[in-house]
Amino acid sequence: MDLSAISPTLLVASLMVAATPILLAAIGELVVEKSGVLNLGVEGMMIMGAISGFAAAVLTGSPMVGFLCAALGGAALSMIFAILTQYFLSNQVATGLALTLFGLGLSAMLGQSYVGIKPPVSAKLELSLISDIPVMGPILFSHDFTVYAALALVAGVWWFLKYTRGGLILRAVGESHDAAHALGYKVVRVRILAIMFGGACAGLGGAALSLVRVPQWTEGMTAGSGWIALAIVVFASWKPARVLLGAYLFGGVAVLQLNLQAAGVSIPVEYLSMSPYLITIIVLVVMSANRSKSALNAPAALGRVFHASR
Amino acid sequence: MLRLEKRPNPSKIWGYLAPVLAVIATMIGGGVMFALLGKDPFEAIRIIFYDPLFSEFAWYYRPQLLIKGAPLILIAIGLSMGFRAGIWNIGAEGQYIIGAICGAGAALAVYPLESALIFPVMILCGAIGGFAWAMIPAILKTKFGTNEILVSLMLVYVAEQLLASMSLGLMKNPEGFGFPGSRNLQHYASAHNAELWVGSGIHLGVVFALIAVIFGYIMLARHQMGFHIRLMGESPKAARFAGVNPNKLVIYCLGFSGALAGLAGMFEVAGPSGQISIDFNVGYGFTAIIVAFLGRLNPFGIMLAGLLMALTYIGGEIAQSSLGLPSAAIQAFQGMLLFFLLALDMLTNFKIKLANAEVRT
Amino acid sequence: MSKTLLHLNGLTKTYPGVIANDDVSFDIAAGEIHALLGENGAGKSTLVKMIYGLVRPDHGTMQMEGVSFVPAEPRAARAVGVAMVFQHFSLFEALSVAENIALGMENPPKANALSARITEVSQSYGLPLDPERLVGDLSAGERQRVEIIRCLLQEPKLLIMDEPTSVLTPQEVTTLFTTLRKLKDEGTSILYISHKLEEIRALCETATILRGGKKVATCDPREKSARDLAEMMVGGKLNLAESKETTLGEVVLEISDLSLPPQSAFGTSLRNISLRLHRGEILGIGGVAGNGQDELLACMSGEVITTAEAIQLNGLSLGHMSPNERRTLGVLAAPEERLGHAAAPDMSLTENAMLTAMTRKSLSKSGFLDWPRAKDFAEQVIKKFDVRTPGPQSAARSLSGGNLQKFVIGREVLQDPSVLIVNQPTWGVDAAAAADIRQALLDLAAKGASVIVISQDLDELMEISTSFAALNAGRLSAARPMAELSLDEIGLLLGGADAAA
Repeated sequence: MDLSAISPTLLVASLMVAATPILLAAIGELVVEKSGVLNLGVEGMMIMGAISGFAAAVLTGSPMVGFLCAALGGAALSMIFAILTQYFLSNQVATGLALTLFGLGLSAMLGQSYVGIKPPVSAKLELSLISDIPVMGPILFSHDFTVYAALALVAGVWWFLKYTRGGLILRAVGESHDAAHALGYKVVRVRILAIMFGGACAGLGGAALSLVRVPQWTEGMTAGSGWIALAIVVFASWKPARVLLGAYLFGGVAVLQLNLQAAGVSIPVEYLSMSPYLITIIVLVVMSANRSKSALNAPAALGRVFHASR
Repeated sequence: MLRLEKRPNPSKIWGYLAPVLAVIATMIGGGVMFALLGKDPFEAIRIIFYDPLFSEFAWYYRPQLLIKGAPLILIAIGLSMGFRAGIWNIGAEGQYIIGAICGAGAALAVYPLESALIFPVMILCGAIGGFAWAMIPAILKTKFGTNEILVSLMLVYVAEQLLASMSLGLMKNPEGFGFPGSRNLQHYASAHNAELWVGSGIHLGVVFALIAVIFGYIMLARHQMGFHIRLMGESPKAARFAGVNPNKLVIYCLGFSGALAGLAGMFEVAGPSGQISIDFNVGYGFTAIIVAFLGRLNPFGIMLAGLLMALTYIGGEIAQSSLGLPSAAIQAFQGMLLFFLLALDMLTNFKIKLANAEVRT
Repeated sequence: MSKTLLHLNGLTKTYPGVIANDDVSFDIAAGEIHALLGENGAGKSTLVKMIYGLVRPDHGTMQMEGVSFVPAEPRAARAVGVAMVFQHFSLFEALSVAENIALGMENPPKANALSARITEVSQSYGLPLDPERLVGDLSAGERQRVEIIRCLLQEPKLLIMDEPTSVLTPQEVTTLFTTLRKLKDEGTSILYISHKLEEIRALCETATILRGGKKVATCDPREKSARDLAEMMVGGKLNLAESKETTLGEVVLEISDLSLPPQSAFGTSLRNISLRLHRGEILGIGGVAGNGQDELLACMSGEVITTAEAIQLNGLSLGHMSPNERRTLGVLAAPEERLGHAAAPDMSLTENAMLTAMTRKSLSKSGFLDWPRAKDFAEQVIKKFDVRTPGPQSAARSLSGGNLQKFVIGREVLQDPSVLIVNQPTWGVDAAAAADIRQALLDLAAKGASVIVISQDLDELMEISTSFAALNAGRLSAARPMAELSLDEIGLLLGGADAAA
């Protein structure tokens, strides 16, 4: 066992990479939930993004096209959820589960011929001067662009929800669809747009996994990341900045346990691999134990079916 | 323009028709999917739905139907109780694994002792294992209000790691030449969940599944607990007013489904599978979610849906070998079935009307 | 007569099985307060929804200041100067006052400018309001101010108000009327929807009366008596509930020093509630919704557990008991929300009979349910309480509000309670059903049961209760005999004047 092999600088730098897929999926789901919709299909949309992004990147040789297709793939799958829940008024929990099961199956099917291939390398931010600064350089300035894109997205969502009229309408729809409807806002349209945004973000998250983090395609490679993203939204009590905190915290745990495995700590590998899931549970418990705090931010109409009657 | 209008009373006819139409729609949708994969859609559908029952090898496949259907039905009956009450246990896969580990563990602990008591103890341990695993989300929910969906699901991944650890460590067969996996219980008479009639596919798990169906039916139709479960799902406030204690219901529903999933895992490890190994679980716990919905959360419906889903598994395997259809195609096919069902389900509560442009719908 | 602002001509709207509006025509003049009077279900809501662009008429036309007016959505209606204050469903509790108001405007100014405007308008119309507060923390009266200011910021030509006084105390009503008269003097027309006759006679110069979707008359309400208006509204003589002389017996139920923390983010807490309920007494508890009514009922029904001694029945402590244990003792309740609380919407009436009568009507034996008996009981309720429905197999949601309420009240009354607590027994119920329900409560008390009626409808409480207490901000005033109280005193009690009790 050699714990000194774990470098704190590299740890922080790699946790940012490890957290990015979940961060992307979680910030998308936050927007969806703020509009009053609970989409449990994040895992399915993520893995669809992972395979569509991977396939497109391999076929075109361009990681950018890959990311674009990942977003489209995730959004396309989310449209099934949007149509079922918004037009066919199906139960959101059941539909979300179906989306995950379907996404896992479909992605495995599409991905058959991509197993074991290496994807094209995506561009790193190469600012040779500042990325050479010790400690700060590797942490802040030497990442793949997805890391920065995810951070920008979080900032964008925060700004959108807090300062724009669109954000206000989105929050209003999530708070009370009946009231929003009475004021003449298009509840269904707002929600479908939010669901598609969530799908695109989850797709990007999946591609960040298959093109950057791993980078490879294997069946079921998301291994619960989508579910963890859902947990992070709860952990964050629906606040974008805290989603960032939650995702990095989780990324830290994931990276640390991998480092510990590599360092040959005497804990069996399986128990280390469990730790991210166990920590997610603990965090959920801590968050729900003081419910009154987060209750104010939870969208009041979350998961409720909207049907405009007379 | 089409418009939805709520029916004053839920439609009984659509309640029966929706699952049937969903299966037909899935055959069509699946056919399109297979055609896109470059397979003959008609042949694929025939292989999946017809061959296991009526081809010349049907004598082999028909018992398989029971063997694959039993765990699905057993788990789905348990899940359906919670789903009706709005308590979402989606971690049945984990409870299934833990049930198997506990059941097999009980047998392996006393190996090679032979006794008639061993099998009953295994059954008990399997049920308790699944129950205990499900109690984790149940207690966290009642004590802290933690979301049971996320916790039960996280525990699936934990259980999978535990399974890996067991088959590589504690339960590894000492005579297994270093290969991962436990001793094979099929070769341990007292612990073997053998077929009751050779070649019939009927093992004790099938009997338990049938009992669970009947038990579930009586529970929902005639017993106070079942009434309270339905009430909770329909309207939580009305349930509280009627005197239902939501926490008790959470404990009961999660515990019951956990115990049944644990039983399913135990019967599987002691019978068809035979040993604890890394790839012991094949997703029954997740497919059972589809079974529960396809059966409209009704015990007899679940029985039919479980058999149908077993059929697609078997048919999928045949199609895999004869057509080269990817195994994942069946999973996508099952997911598609659930989509169609959820969409058609709307028709039990809504009518579709041709509307003269209502301002906003 | 001043010039016409809005001209309605032959408006018709049908829903499957119901004609909501049938050939309705009338004019609203500029600068008048025009009452729209009618029972629940008379078609008032549909009519105003057509004016506000939420519903499109099947036939008929509208003209605003002589120009054809076909609003496709509320935005279009607002653009020509129509504004509406809703009765329900249009505020967002977790958003601030300013955000709520911004949502109701087409082009809201920047946040700071909007807050300044809100403060300015609220002061000039005597409606004090802090733009930064969360709406969830406001009282019902303050919430209404948010709605009104939201409308006033658009400088509307026509302001539609849907049952605005149902959530106000008598004193708050006076303030509202002052604001409305000021608006009228400035030339704004007001379409005032109500079923309260006295306030229409006090406020409005024109009234249009709807019954069963049709216009009955347009008249000057100040020239008609309340009884004339009522008969036009109902279409026949009204049966007033008949109260029998009762003498109060011994104390049956006693609540002492009951306190309860808020149960949700915007819930009300109960503070030191005490009361004594006598045999044969009907205690009316008045107060504006949101002052603790639901919480008080939940404490008494057993949905919320309190300390054992806080509630005592004939000296027996039952504050810790579950709803069914209380039912065994004869303490029954009927909550306000019919669909989704008192009854499960998608379940049949038989199943809904099982919902509360399981213990008292012995519909279950060692956990197994006796469905035939439950069906018999449901049929009995349907028959005795004249519930209009095809039969006990119908889903609760298929019944009209009045019929379902009769079923809910009947279900409890026929279980022979010794104490019955009802919340808003006639809210949203047509006049005939309301009269039946009130009569049933009076009969129950006459047979020696004790009844608590929680209601916002003061007329109802004055009609049937023997004593009166007011609930304000979670505090209950001391109960006083109804006969001793004047309307002014009741108003003061509701405003919390005597909250120390």
